[in-house]
Amino acid sequence: MKLKSNIATSENGFIFNPATGDSFSGNNMAAQLLEAMKSGKTDAEIRQEILNRFDVSENQFDRDWDNWMLQLKEANLLEI
Amino acid sequence: MANKYVNLCIAVTGLNANDNPGPGMAVIRSLKEYFGDGLRIVGLSYESLEPGIYLREQVNKTYQIPYPTEGTAVLIERLAYINQRENLDLIIPNFDSELFNFIKIAPQLKQMGIATYLPTHQQLALRDKVHLKDFGTKHGFYVPADHKLYTADDLKKAADEFNFPMVIKGKFYEAYVVYTMDQVLKAFHQLNAAWGVPVIAQQYIKGNEINIAALGDGKGSNISLVAMRKLYITDKGKAWAGVTIKDDKLTQLANSFAHATNWKGGYEMEIMSNAEGHLYILEINPRFPAWVYLTAAAGQNQPAALAKMAMGEAIEPYTDYQAGKLFVRYSWDHIADIADFQKISAFGEL
Repeated sequence: MKLKSNIATSENGFIFNPATGDSFSGNNMAAQLLEAMKSGKTDAEIRQEILNRFDVSENQFDRDWDNWMLQLKEANLLEI
Repeated sequence: MANKYVNLCIAVTGLNANDNPGPGMAVIRSLKEYFGDGLRIVGLSYESLEPGIYLREQVNKTYQIPYPTEGTAVLIERLAYINQRENLDLIIPNFDSELFNFIKIAPQLKQMGIATYLPTHQQLALRDKVHLKDFGTKHGFYVPADHKLYTADDLKKAADEFNFPMVIKGKFYEAYVVYTMDQVLKAFHQLNAAWGVPVIAQQYIKGNEINIAALGDGKGSNISLVAMRKLYITDKGKAWAGVTIKDDKLTQLANSFAHATNWKGGYEMEIMSNAEGHLYILEINPRFPAWVYLTAAAGQNQPAALAKMAMGEAIEPYTDYQAGKLFVRYSWDHIADIADFQKISAFGEL
């Protein structure tokens, strides 16, 4: 799933949807994930990068990733 | 700045920058930003405590004008007097209730050398709250169902159909979200006393409140449109903070309205976006909104564009604006001398 192309994000995790005016605050990890998603990396590439950089199991990452995508979807930030 | 706009003098109404603000001060701010400090602003007021009268850095001179109910003869007489002293180039009226008269006298104003840029009486009537539902049905817009209330006996019929909450609206201004029959009755009598009948009962639509400020060219197109989502809403339903947003569906809606009506001049669409994403038109105001300076801040100075068009300049439609521009309104205790209050009250000029 891709982030909508018009979504504005900042380095500190702030997210603004210019189509609806909705805004959200994310933590540092969210900011890094958003930057990776906006740069065009695939889910698999982001997954591998996180697993390489952080001490996290694959299972844990997959659960957290699913939860992250669910939050983005509920916030109407993903392309349909 | 083109030389033809040197010594420009524009008269503006709606100086009531209070908690239910008229658009005048925002229009003036936008005009000054574009035309510069050389622009002379003449305020046209109705009451002695409209804050804009005392904001002398924004409004060079203010004249009181007769209330709309006094008719057009006294209005034209007063404007002729003002024009003799000020040599007005343009008048921008900013109240719904005064527009009928200004549209009526526009040809006489033109003869006096004063430009306007206004819709026709027919266009004005189309979007009237009383006709809005029929207008929506005819042109395929989502508009909440409504009932016209002429007597207290009509209230129950509306309550039975819409259930609670529902919205009770004045003919020109003000609206209340009501939850009980007691509140309906109170709102009906208040709005009847203030603005007369019909009072309008409207189906309540839950969702996000979005407004669009736009400028129609009178030929079926918009020269400019800027959408804003309300972020902070006062108990009078006014946006105290908002942010510009951009969505093709909103653009299409405003363009469809301009196409359906050939609207000429500034206008504001009040919209509720419900959970299904349907855009319900709650109201269409026939003038710029009080937040119109945000259009200038976002890159489309609508009052300046209107002024130039009124004076015959051809304007290319704007194509883009900045989403994410935020406005936060604030209140400020402006200090004036009681002598100023005396002058405007006694002589109708300051």
